[in-house]
Amino acid sequence: MINATGNPGSLLLLGGTSDIALAIARRYAGRGGLRVVLAARPGERRTAAAAELTGLGCRVQEVDLDARDHASHAATVEAAFSEGDIDVAVVAFGLLGDAEQAWQDAEHALELAEVNYTAPVHLGVLLAERLKAQAHGVIVALSSVAGERVRRSNFVYGSTKAGFDGFYLGLGEALRGTGVRVLVVRPGFVKSKMTEGLDAAPLAATPEEVAEATVDAVAAKKELIWVPVPMRFVMSGLRHVPRPLFRRLPV
Amino acid sequence: MNDFPAVRDDVRSDVPDIRPSAVVEEQPPLPQQLVELHGWGRAAGSMSHLASIDSVAGAVSALRQGSGRGVTPRGLGRSYGDAAQNAGGTTLDLTHLNKILAVDVAAEPATVTVQAGVSLDTLMKALLPFGLWVPVLPGTRQVTIGGAIAADVHGKNHHTQGSFGNHVRSLDLLTADGAVRTLDRPGGGSWEGLDDDGRLFWATIGGMGLTGAIVEAVVELQRVETAYFTVDTDRCSDIDDLMARMSEGDEDYNYSVAWFDAVTRGKHMGRAVLTRGDKAKLSQLEPKQRRDPLKFVAPSFGTIPEVFPNRMVNKLTAKAFSEFWYRKAPQHRVGELQNITQFFHPLDIVAEWNRVYGPNGFLQYQFAVPFDAPETFKRCFEMIVTSGHLSCLNVLKRFGPGNLSPLSFPMPGWTLTVDLPIEAGLDKLCDALDEEVVGAGGRVYLAKDSRLTAGRFRQMYPRLDDFLSVRNRVDPQHLFSSDLARRLEL
Repeated sequence: MINATGNPGSLLLLGGTSDIALAIARRYAGRGGLRVVLAARPGERRTAAAAELTGLGCRVQEVDLDARDHASHAATVEAAFSEGDIDVAVVAFGLLGDAEQAWQDAEHALELAEVNYTAPVHLGVLLAERLKAQAHGVIVALSSVAGERVRRSNFVYGSTKAGFDGFYLGLGEALRGTGVRVLVVRPGFVKSKMTEGLDAAPLAATPEEVAEATVDAVAAKKELIWVPVPMRFVMSGLRHVPRPLFRRLPV
Repeated sequence: MNDFPAVRDDVRSDVPDIRPSAVVEEQPPLPQQLVELHGWGRAAGSMSHLASIDSVAGAVSALRQGSGRGVTPRGLGRSYGDAAQNAGGTTLDLTHLNKILAVDVAAEPATVTVQAGVSLDTLMKALLPFGLWVPVLPGTRQVTIGGAIAADVHGKNHHTQGSFGNHVRSLDLLTADGAVRTLDRPGGGSWEGLDDDGRLFWATIGGMGLTGAIVEAVVELQRVETAYFTVDTDRCSDIDDLMARMSEGDEDYNYSVAWFDAVTRGKHMGRAVLTRGDKAKLSQLEPKQRRDPLKFVAPSFGTIPEVFPNRMVNKLTAKAFSEFWYRKAPQHRVGELQNITQFFHPLDIVAEWNRVYGPNGFLQYQFAVPFDAPETFKRCFEMIVTSGHLSCLNVLKRFGPGNLSPLSFPMPGWTLTVDLPIEAGLDKLCDALDEEVVGAGGRVYLAKDSRLTAGRFRQMYPRLDDFLSVRNRVDPQHLFSSDLARRLEL
């Protein structure tokens, strides 16, 4: 269980090689003795992440996760809970894809939809079932402002995140009274390997900044945050911009 | 003087027969509801199925119907952390097992046989007319006998009387197999010399409810002529002054404790009020008090409402309180007569005082370090005072020898307690304190704890394996579990 000062004893990272997920793990690892379950595709990146967290004093368990192999999800979740309760579960995997290819290449569109929406929904239900049984725990869903008002420039990705965001907000409502909470995190542009090579947008954040805000929000029992905070007001404005004007905006 | 009844005197006669037997018959399933439970600190609550138990048979049924996440006994919920809650599992509310079964006034020492859910408040009120006294009283009377044993609570007289477990003659323990075992306090002073039942007895004391549910106990009592105390009060200018005075003079008193200022820095850092006393004899009372020397004075000023925001304890209020508390104490006063509430339980005059800390709650950090580590003790004290985290209710005391219980907290040395509202950065302070405490061979008190890690816990309690060997024998499936047990990987 998350202790009285807001620190978990165990952490599950779905998408265990994501920059933001690892930044969250590093922040929680500070006090030593953290148990981390790294769910990701097997490979060099996962091995390196495990080695780094072990070096920080964590006990790391590696679990295979293949977002597109739905049949494997139950086993992934089963394995993730095999060594005890999970206090914080971070749903961090995702795919940005190529925006122009995505709306013209059906395969690529399907891949984005599956990785960014179908799999998180499928895993989210499995996760919620487990957490409900233990009657405590927090799901951190890494969403994006891209889903808050979907833009022409990356609408396939944005639409998957819109669905993702809606699902986890709803899941949080459904889980009220069970002891389980959901925190939806909406970062703006994050300078990570996912966005490598892209020009940083205004109000860009680092994975460390997202992690810091997330850890604080978990301790404060928040349900929805924006990173950085001003992004909330920017998006609030953008949501209400009429379509003819919105399409002229350089966003 | 009081005339003590010469024969065993049953205080209550309407007592169902719950004499221990090998296996108790089961009862039909109990209604269970999923409720949020938290410790007194209100900081780390969780949801569990609360089963209200009014008979041992009912407790057995609840054990059998487990949800797969175990069972934990709960009394009045005064442990500060997560000891008496069990997320997703079953929590047994034992406060309805509340009969005082027998008082043996003639025996020496006198004893009382009580069900586990009887509060010390109830017990004291029942015993005082007989001139009998509960030998160990923690900072509140609102704890149950079961809780007092399971946490092996201590009081201001630890340096002369030890902890609560030292005064338990026998206890009835409902274990995971559904049997109730009567465990007598074994003779002999070493763990190695104990048989299985002897070890189970001592593992249950301080065992935080993880060996089973205590359902009944026989407790040895002291005798008193009055319900008053003669109290000497001294203001101490700083922590060195305080520790020196306690080291020199504590042995002259049965009861000794100090409140210290944990807010003021600089020259007056660690200024304190030391109060020490003994039970008052009849001859020491005022004429008016002599008319009813065993009167139980326990005023109640009502219940604190649930209206306080977070940060009620802030720089301003903490400074004002500390100044007031220090100034209101006399520089040096000898032989003042105080009643039970004044001397033992000033906080009991208001119910639910923990609400003052607001919805985020608070934690109590209590640690002990051996006498040979006074520097660590002072360093921890300074870390707290200079941390910016504010504590008003601060207690400092010297412990006497510990007992055979592998998880009992008290050890010969200094103990310090602070109440800290939950705020950002508190984890770092507590973790840093843990490191100091471990380095000096000390430990923190599980009944207060809500944030220790499993690794640190193991370092603090070197006899953990003694405890685990007993628990694994009587409860190999770990049917008795709790949020604390899972956090500490027990």
